[in-house]
Amino acid sequence: MSTALNHDSVRVEARGLRKSFGDHEVLRGVSFTVERGEIFVLMGPSGSGKSVLLKHIIGLEEPDDGELLLEGQSIHTEGLRDRYRMAMVFQSGALLNSLTVGENVGLYLREHRLKPEDEIRRIIAEKLEIVGLKGTEEKIPGELSGGMKKRVALARALVIEPQLILYDEPTSELDPLIAITIGQEILALRDRTHATSIVVTHDRDLAFGIADRIAMIAEGEILEIGRPEDVRRSQHPLVRRFLTADFKRKPQ
Amino acid sequence: MFRDIGGLFLLFWRTLQALPLTFRHRRKVLEQFYEIGMGSLLMVCILSVFIGGVLALEIGPVMVERGLSNFLGGIVGLGLCRELAPTLMAVLIAGRIGSAMAAEIGSMAVYQEIDALRTMNINPVHYLVLPRITAIAVGLPMLVVFADLVGWLGGALVCSTNQQIAVSMQSFFANLRDTVEVKDVVHGLIKTFVFALVIGTVSCHQGLATIGGPRGIGRSVTKAVVNSIVLILILDYFLTHLLVQIEQ
Repeated sequence: MSTALNHDSVRVEARGLRKSFGDHEVLRGVSFTVERGEIFVLMGPSGSGKSVLLKHIIGLEEPDDGELLLEGQSIHTEGLRDRYRMAMVFQSGALLNSLTVGENVGLYLREHRLKPEDEIRRIIAEKLEIVGLKGTEEKIPGELSGGMKKRVALARALVIEPQLILYDEPTSELDPLIAITIGQEILALRDRTHATSIVVTHDRDLAFGIADRIAMIAEGEILEIGRPEDVRRSQHPLVRRFLTADFKRKPQ
Repeated sequence: MFRDIGGLFLLFWRTLQALPLTFRHRRKVLEQFYEIGMGSLLMVCILSVFIGGVLALEIGPVMVERGLSNFLGGIVGLGLCRELAPTLMAVLIAGRIGSAMAAEIGSMAVYQEIDALRTMNINPVHYLVLPRITAIAVGLPMLVVFADLVGWLGGALVCSTNQQIAVSMQSFFANLRDTVEVKDVVHGLIKTFVFALVIGTVSCHQGLATIGGPRGIGRSVTKAVVNSIVLILILDYFLTHLLVQIEQ
């Protein structure tokens, strides 16, 4: 059921982003560029500022300093967000609990009145089938497992046919098999739509499995940026520690 | 506090700007209207019977003692439609519906549902606030009309059955018809309409401003109800003062 979509994906550029909450500086001059159609992974330990950075990109937070550019224009330019289709898959799924799965997936189309009702129902069924949840339209989010919620959130993002799609910890709280499915979906979506993808994760397997480039972020700063093999060879002590950390039982 | 007041006015202004979209969101308005109207009707009726009854019971014997029993219908009628029904129904709805609004929107804020709406370019004011404020602004005055009618009936029942008062229902309603004019009911409904806007705006504002998980939701609900009631009671005085001056 994969539909080849001809999308113009977007280029994202962050220049010197700074953000503080009270005395705590979460982002300390973060700069990077994500090319069109690229899967760019922001990897780092919990509390490193990854999710805050993602919220800046989608426009949910405003930086104290620095700027975010979409195709060379500031994200706060009037009408820019209407010009580009963007979607975000939240860590928790962030499904509207008062709506059914089908209503959640079709929300964007219905609220913006983009298609007739019959067409919307067809699209909902198609997107749910893509994420392996065929026939779940009438369920409510409370009846779904964590993994299913994430896949519904992914279907909801697919409906937008995004040119830029952001994933916040897409595999957290998921078992390895579902995590792999989600990773494959991210890759398949990029291949199908050529959308630019930015993935925030602390899951090393996911990052190295899907990324075209990885940025390693810690304490609000980018420590390393490059292709997965370059990041693997990084000599930065924090990056090395993050990449090599493993359970080790102390000998009895 | 000043930031809260500023936020309230800003939210109200944004809702006013979104009014032309009401028809587009009619399904959500009707859902809210059903919740506010049908969900509260029975409680409004029960309370109104007792409010009317208590009013009659309090002032009935005093008026009978002074030979003013013929005016009882008018006094109870005026007291209910101009003051008691609008104020007490607004307080009841602030507790029942205002708390629900703050809790529902607050929970959506905490669990990132509102962020999700924003990422889909869906304005939370249009999607969540407009239908609620529109529904309560229409629904609460309608409930007060019911409260007036049922309250009058409660007053008449007490007057006719209480041996100390012993004013027949015919006499009660004859005096009520002579005394209460349409403008008196409208006076109460104007106040109710303003109270409805206060409850809707305060509750939605508290909901949207919720942070900090389940405890934050609880805090927002408490603030929504308390702030609504305080504003209703303060505004009641100033609105009454203004309306009385206009009537003169």
